[in-house]
Amino acid sequence: MTGLIFRRLAIGLVTMWAVSLLVFASTEILPGDVAESILGKEAPDDVIAAMRERLGLNEPAHVRYWDWLSGLFVGDLGVSLGSGREISELIDDRLWNTVRLASVTAIIAVPLAVILGLISAMRAGTVMDRSISIGTLCMISLPEFFVAALLVYVFAVQLRWLPALPIVRPDQSLWSSLTSIVLPVMTLTFAVLAHMARMTRNAVINVLSSAYVEMALLKGVPNWRIILFHAFPNALSPIINVIALNLAYLVAGVVIVETAFGYPGLARLMVDAVGTRDVPLVQACGMIFCATYVLLNLLADVLSILSNPRLRTQK
Amino acid sequence: MRNLLEVKNLCVQGRPPGGEYVPIVKGIDFSIKPGEVLALIGESGSGKSTISLSTMGYARPGCRISKGEVLLNGEDVLLLDKQSRRNLRGEKVAYVAQSAAASFNPSLRINKQVTEAPTLHGIMKEDEAVNHAVELYKSLDLPNPETIGKRYPHQVSGGQLQRLMAAMALSCTPDLLVLDEPTTALDVTTQIEVLKAFKVIISRENTAAIYVSHDLAVVAQVADQIMVLRNGEMVEQGSTEQIINHPRHEYTKTLMSAVRQTPPCDQAHEEDQADADSHLLGVRNLTAAYGPVTILRDVNVVVDKMETIGVIGESGCGKSTMARVISGILPPVVGEIRLDGSVLPGAVKGRSREELKRIQFVFQMADVALNPRQTIGKILGRPLKFYHDMNPAQCKERVGELLELVELPREFAKRFPGELSGGQKQRVNLARALAAEPEVILCDEVTSALDTVVAASVIRLLESLQERLGVSYVFISHDLSTVAAFADRIVVLYAGRVVEQGPTSRVLSPPFHPYTKLLLSSVPELRQGWLEDVAETQEARSGIARDVTLSAVGCPFTDRCPMSIKGVCDTQSAPIRKPVAGHEIACHREIEELITGVNLAEVSASA
Amino acid sequence: MTPDNADASEAIDSPEEQNSNKKRDNLSLTPVAWVSILIIVFWVVVAVFAPVLAPFDKADMVSFESFKVVDEASFLGTDYLGRDVLSRIIYGARMTLGLALIATLISFTTGIVLGFVAAISPGWIDQVLSRTVDAIMAFPSIMLALIIIGGVGTSLPVVILTVALIDATRVFRLSRALALDASVMDYVVVARARGEGVNWIMLHEILPNTITPLAAEFGVRYTFAILFISSLSFLGLGVQPPGADWGVMVKENLQGLLYGAPAALIPAACIGTISVAINLLVDWFLHRSSVMIPEELTG
Repeated sequence: MTGLIFRRLAIGLVTMWAVSLLVFASTEILPGDVAESILGKEAPDDVIAAMRERLGLNEPAHVRYWDWLSGLFVGDLGVSLGSGREISELIDDRLWNTVRLASVTAIIAVPLAVILGLISAMRAGTVMDRSISIGTLCMISLPEFFVAALLVYVFAVQLRWLPALPIVRPDQSLWSSLTSIVLPVMTLTFAVLAHMARMTRNAVINVLSSAYVEMALLKGVPNWRIILFHAFPNALSPIINVIALNLAYLVAGVVIVETAFGYPGLARLMVDAVGTRDVPLVQACGMIFCATYVLLNLLADVLSILSNPRLRTQK
Repeated sequence: MRNLLEVKNLCVQGRPPGGEYVPIVKGIDFSIKPGEVLALIGESGSGKSTISLSTMGYARPGCRISKGEVLLNGEDVLLLDKQSRRNLRGEKVAYVAQSAAASFNPSLRINKQVTEAPTLHGIMKEDEAVNHAVELYKSLDLPNPETIGKRYPHQVSGGQLQRLMAAMALSCTPDLLVLDEPTTALDVTTQIEVLKAFKVIISRENTAAIYVSHDLAVVAQVADQIMVLRNGEMVEQGSTEQIINHPRHEYTKTLMSAVRQTPPCDQAHEEDQADADSHLLGVRNLTAAYGPVTILRDVNVVVDKMETIGVIGESGCGKSTMARVISGILPPVVGEIRLDGSVLPGAVKGRSREELKRIQFVFQMADVALNPRQTIGKILGRPLKFYHDMNPAQCKERVGELLELVELPREFAKRFPGELSGGQKQRVNLARALAAEPEVILCDEVTSALDTVVAASVIRLLESLQERLGVSYVFISHDLSTVAAFADRIVVLYAGRVVEQGPTSRVLSPPFHPYTKLLLSSVPELRQGWLEDVAETQEARSGIARDVTLSAVGCPFTDRCPMSIKGVCDTQSAPIRKPVAGHEIACHREIEELITGVNLAEVSASA
Repeated sequence: MTPDNADASEAIDSPEEQNSNKKRDNLSLTPVAWVSILIIVFWVVVAVFAPVLAPFDKADMVSFESFKVVDEASFLGTDYLGRDVLSRIIYGARMTLGLALIATLISFTTGIVLGFVAAISPGWIDQVLSRTVDAIMAFPSIMLALIIIGGVGTSLPVVILTVALIDATRVFRLSRALALDASVMDYVVVARARGEGVNWIMLHEILPNTITPLAAEFGVRYTFAILFISSLSFLGLGVQPPGADWGVMVKENLQGLLYGAPAALIPAACIGTISVAINLLVDWFLHRSSVMIPEELTG
């Protein structure tokens, strides 16, 4: 088992490295270079050359990659081209805003989705199951910005219950910080919930249609016990995977939601950076998001190895 | 004596996905007395499993019990509320399924599952239940009864798991046991072990049982009564003695005749062996492997014109691999394949179309061997175009002829495989091989997936085709009785090595290789009392239950062999003994010893 | 053996199988599937005949009043510049559905070809392709798009190719898995044993048997492309004004929501209708058969 986990961890490391390589390479495929794109094509040559010097662009690519990568390890994310400030400084508050948004969503969405999926599976084939199925499918199909716009229109503009744009200040009261993220959290929950509920349903149905569940039924085991002792341990691994996958999906979801609500999170910082071609900032934000994503997937795999006796007992 | 179970006018309906309910069990009546074993026998679709499950008030998804009564101790199971039905299941009626591997929960330890019913029904406390389970393991002849229950299901072999499932069913000492094809998935030698265990425990506990099977010979060993079913209706019911010896209904007779009995010695095929190079197909010193795992070791086999070679062995012995190597799908590691004296390249890629066409392969599962997206016309037309470069008109004509050859209507050319029955698909599968006009056809378990009656008709077709077209067959099967009735010569494979080969009559009569003897004695015979007789033989008593081990040194059968010689059999390759020309046995024992058998006492003394 | 014998034996194993054959062709459309098809057809017609259907040109300013609500001249009101929302929706359909279609077609051709190649050429080619795809899939898709667009800058070809690249990795995974599944089927082994070449096996044995799941995947990937391109436009990184797809329209008119003008909701709802319709249709297509779990557990 430990061997399997170590192998998975090693693959995770390799993936991280590949991700860093791709993130770095994306700036290299640019025709011309960063200095030119900051200053514009009309800029005098000597100004561009000075800029290049300042950005260290005259070094060969592999040297710059190494500098960048070793910087990442010690928390030195470089300097933003747009504002000239340290990126770590820019990111600090933003990161925590995003983490708060994502974690509140996860706390609400995960139990809700698992329960919804279980209900759906337990009532498979019934009207309730069909309705949940069609409902969640519609939720998946709707773009997040539609949900965001609709929620703002209904709750903020028509009903005036909640602020349309979140106000996030360090000194605000708990209540106002909560009300300010209600709409973004609802939007995110909406998107993640549907995916998670559907996948949970499928995982549980797979298990419930197995021969050992039929066997338990024929031993006179009550339904609640079948679900809890026979089905759940086997559905656990796929459900863990579903949860991790969807938490990873949150990473993508925040991009749209933060933009739609003007929420001062890391994703919006990144979108703005893409708009202004602030390459070092894009890279830094991208690495943070991708690392989270890779780590969540890694966690899911390790947990599902642990929850499977066949893999657990393997030497 | 009062009846334990009475089933009256039982009707069950089934619904295919998206379809309407249609009757699948049509008014069945029967009764079982305490301690009695009733066998439900029939082919696929006869409704036998469905009936057995309804005695527990259970219908599989997509089915519903529409009418009838199931009285257990006078109480109608079908009218019970959920709670009372749960109380009944596991405690009064217990179930043993066909596949133990699928029916054990993979994430719970075995003891947990075996003791679940008695603790749940409040019959025993946890520790009592565990002790009871260990007692059951002992009486079922399971190895390490004290500790085996602490394992997970995947850590135990198939035959053992099947017996553990019996232990699970017996854990509450039920009044009625429902056994649903409990030995079908097992090899013959393992089947004996499991059958024996079932029989002993049923008679000891005086449990009544419903035994569902398609195999008359197996049923004859355990049942008191037999009910023959067909398409959800009863065909005939009677005592085992009466059904086996004096069947009344035509259908029962058809079923009986489809069960091939080991034929008496038949000298017709015995001829002197011609010199080596005149064989049609020759396999020499063949060793084959999948990656690092060596499947076949040093195999030598020849096939003559118009001859049928039966290749027999248990699952994993390498018999399918042999066909794959001959066809070139899996190039050999060592050794050569000769066709008409000239050496064939090992891989398909190296062979010319002319060479390829002469050896054709027919697969076990016609379902997956025929491309579901191609019409029969295209499936049969392709080899015609590929090997004989026929134009579309010629193809069409020839496809019609081929269909007639395998006794199917010409119109089938327009159909897709999904529209054909299992037996029809297997005929198309065969016709595709014939389209190439081959000299050798490799048949890999071609009848194993078919019901006995259909299988028998396919064998008859193979025989008539051989007479008309003069082809040779390499007929691979795990079923010794089919091979014995059909093959001219038999090759017995064990753990990737040929342990015995020769003319059918020679292989089936002494001197035997000990493994052949075990295999022969394990094939259920269609007579009562066979199981008791065979249980007495020394083969049955020694090491049947052991797993097959693949090893490079010594005789592969050493572990399980009742007459192995310690220090010889496990270290040296067995010499090849030739009792008569053309009959080879790979064994350290002398021919005389193989004929008379060896005194077991002597073996244990020498050990 | 006489033909009589054959008939007798076949009669035994045929009845129930013939029953199931009739059931297999059960392709009846559910009401949900019907509605989905109608919606899809509707949008295709709108996209194709946009110039005929639209009352105004997409760039015409029909009113000096922005965010005007419904009146006789402009059926769905006007946007932030006073342009006719209905006309822009109609032209937007063209842009949104067209761009997504191009991206999906590119992703499917490359994804399937590479996936099949990887499946049948074991060894280093498969390794290189699969590991590359793994690396690309290690990114959340929107992040990958942001990083690429952040590096290269945005333009229609970049957006299309980025979406196609992301989609192609998923198509690659699926088609490789399907081809691998199919290639171990006995009918493929039969063809290989016959001596057939790789091309014939791909085209005649494997492709026809993977077409159903691939068709379903096309629907899934197409909606993904629609949502993804719209999202990029919404972020201001996809289609650039004055060009208009539905995502841009949402972005442009988002501020109007605060004044109570629903102009942003209309294009967003359009995206919703088409992607819901396609997803429901795919769902119907894939799950025609009912679930098989014991009724006692679900009751």
